[in-house]
Amino acid sequence: MAILLNRSTRVIVQGFTGKIGSFHADDMKRYGTKLVGGVTPGKGGQSHLGLPVFNTVKGAVRETRAEASIVFVPPPFAADSIMEAADAGIKLCVCITDGIPSQDMMQVKRYMRRYRFEDRMRLVGPNCAGVITPGQALMGIMPGSIYLPGRVGIVGRSGTLGYEAASQMKALGIGVSTSVGIGGDPINGSSFKDILQLFERDDDTDAVVMIGEIGGPQEAEAAIWARDNMRKPLIAYIAGLSAPKGRRMGHAGAIISAFGESAQEKVEILKEAGVVIVPTPASFGEVVADTLARTKKAA
Amino acid sequence: MDIHEYQAKELLARHGVHVPRGGLAYSPEQATYRAREIGGSKWVLKAQVHSGARGKAGGIKLCSNDEEISNAAEAMLGRKLVTNQTGPRGKLISRLYLEEAVDIAQELYLGFVLDRKEERVMIVASAAGGMEIEEISETKPDSIIRATVDPGVGMQGFQAREIAFGLGLESNLIGKATETILGCYQVFRDYDASMLEINPLVVTRDGSLVALDAKMSFDENALFRRPEISELRDKSQEDPRETFASDRGLSYVGLDGNIGCIINGAGLAMATMDMIKIAGGEPANFLDIGGGASPERVAKSFRAVLGDKNVETILVNIFAGINRCDWVAEGVIKAIREVGVEVPLVVRLSGTKVEEGRKILADSGEAVIVAETLAEAAEKAVAAWRAATKKKKAA
Repeated sequence: MAILLNRSTRVIVQGFTGKIGSFHADDMKRYGTKLVGGVTPGKGGQSHLGLPVFNTVKGAVRETRAEASIVFVPPPFAADSIMEAADAGIKLCVCITDGIPSQDMMQVKRYMRRYRFEDRMRLVGPNCAGVITPGQALMGIMPGSIYLPGRVGIVGRSGTLGYEAASQMKALGIGVSTSVGIGGDPINGSSFKDILQLFERDDDTDAVVMIGEIGGPQEAEAAIWARDNMRKPLIAYIAGLSAPKGRRMGHAGAIISAFGESAQEKVEILKEAGVVIVPTPASFGEVVADTLARTKKAA
Repeated sequence: MDIHEYQAKELLARHGVHVPRGGLAYSPEQATYRAREIGGSKWVLKAQVHSGARGKAGGIKLCSNDEEISNAAEAMLGRKLVTNQTGPRGKLISRLYLEEAVDIAQELYLGFVLDRKEERVMIVASAAGGMEIEEISETKPDSIIRATVDPGVGMQGFQAREIAFGLGLESNLIGKATETILGCYQVFRDYDASMLEINPLVVTRDGSLVALDAKMSFDENALFRRPEISELRDKSQEDPRETFASDRGLSYVGLDGNIGCIINGAGLAMATMDMIKIAGGEPANFLDIGGGASPERVAKSFRAVLGDKNVETILVNIFAGINRCDWVAEGVIKAIREVGVEVPLVVRLSGTKVEEGRKILADSGEAVIVAETLAEAAEKAVAAWRAATKKKKAA
């Protein structure tokens, strides 16, 4: 079923009736996502886009049996919304919101640990483009048309750079099993490693493209894990070769503040771990095609 | 967002951290007046700029009379201080801080950062203060003590005590050190800081513990709930190109190259800059135009990029998801007609409504170089920049 999301996943929208929530809810519905309702406190009982609105996530889960939630709530209230989803028994929460304070995210992560690992909600994002399983369902803000259904997984911090990779692959007839945006913040729900683990276990995925950038320890952590545990080919690109040290490049988490956080250093770490490197952002398609061809030959 | 040393010290002093007596001065006269207020016979005059390593760059002077204070102040004010952290442009000195000199017995390091691996606030301390933390971790890695705070309960007294004992402090200083460390954590947490560094934290000859320097940065995503911190922003310490852009809601970072960039999405912006570099050019800036790029927003971005006089070519790269290529194209034409674009302009559009967007550019009759792929866009931008500089040299 690819990972995280398929055509039968029951999805609600938090921040449903707002301008952004409405726009993307409509888009997701048209793509084929099984949208079953939404939450806006104070608007419970109303109907929006032909779907029921609830005051609380618990109420929505009770009435609709929703398993997944996408959050479009503004930054000051987003952490609260994520914790509400976790408490209501949601299994997958995708948070699109950009601008959540780091300390709020620390609390979210701490709060989620009160649940046993098996029962714990999986959080993707915040500050991400979301999750798409092409041809099945979309929980995010990406343009569905640029993804061909297929067997390569994508995981990345950046939204638009992920689009660039997917469209280069599509131009060569290569499709995507699931694409996951983990987001550009310093603290996020799922790490590269978390998503690689899912792709490695997924029968519908043959190879994975990881799109990293400057800042933080996650790409290195993923490289070490892949070296020791991953049998499928891992292909990676790191953005920010020309980024100066100590400057924040748009994303709150894209800043070189410690050893090993520059693009050059990350590429070295990945190479040493045996990861296939995409040398320029214009060669995603080509490198993925080559890697798939080589893997096929070897098998 | 960074703040000045004297501002950080004010915050810390309110939470039980001892700092030397001091006062702010905007002129040499004010500086000597401050010396009288503070009393004593030795003072330190410190340039207030958003950078560390000020001492080596001549931004800190020990003075023992009015004349020395006045001369040092005269020499510093209005000058740009260039340290190993400011870049070659340096930072303007318009405020000075005069402090009583402290008799130092021992220098310690105390820092608080957001640890991205642990996803917690981490305290870093060392008995080898006075050097930058990078140098400490290189030369005396064993001296470094680390602890992380559980965000559910906050920092506990025992954690602060462990650090204090770990620093090898005398038993009569443990209480003070614990109070200092807990006070710093409180400030970090209550004001949504992203970094707090006291280097050095000193033990004085008369046995007290004093924060001699203080550096703080704040989480910009949390400024909406910290108005008292937002007020401390000092635009004179920012790159004017960045101030112009941030006042207009654009995410911009000034660099030293000649090819101006207007891109949507932080990752694609970084990747496009990398591509320019690979093609043999140098980017002049990072600019993420964001989602919902209206024609007005595109025009604003052109103004921000063209405000940099080093820009000799512009590259626009939009992969429209939420954005619409036709809107972006309209914005580009609007900018050419309203802002005036004298340099070569390369535009690559992709995604939602791309055909409509390309048609608007083609029908406009304006001199826009169109590219279809990322590689082509970077190559065309570098080629156009080379041709333009050649022409300039010939003329």
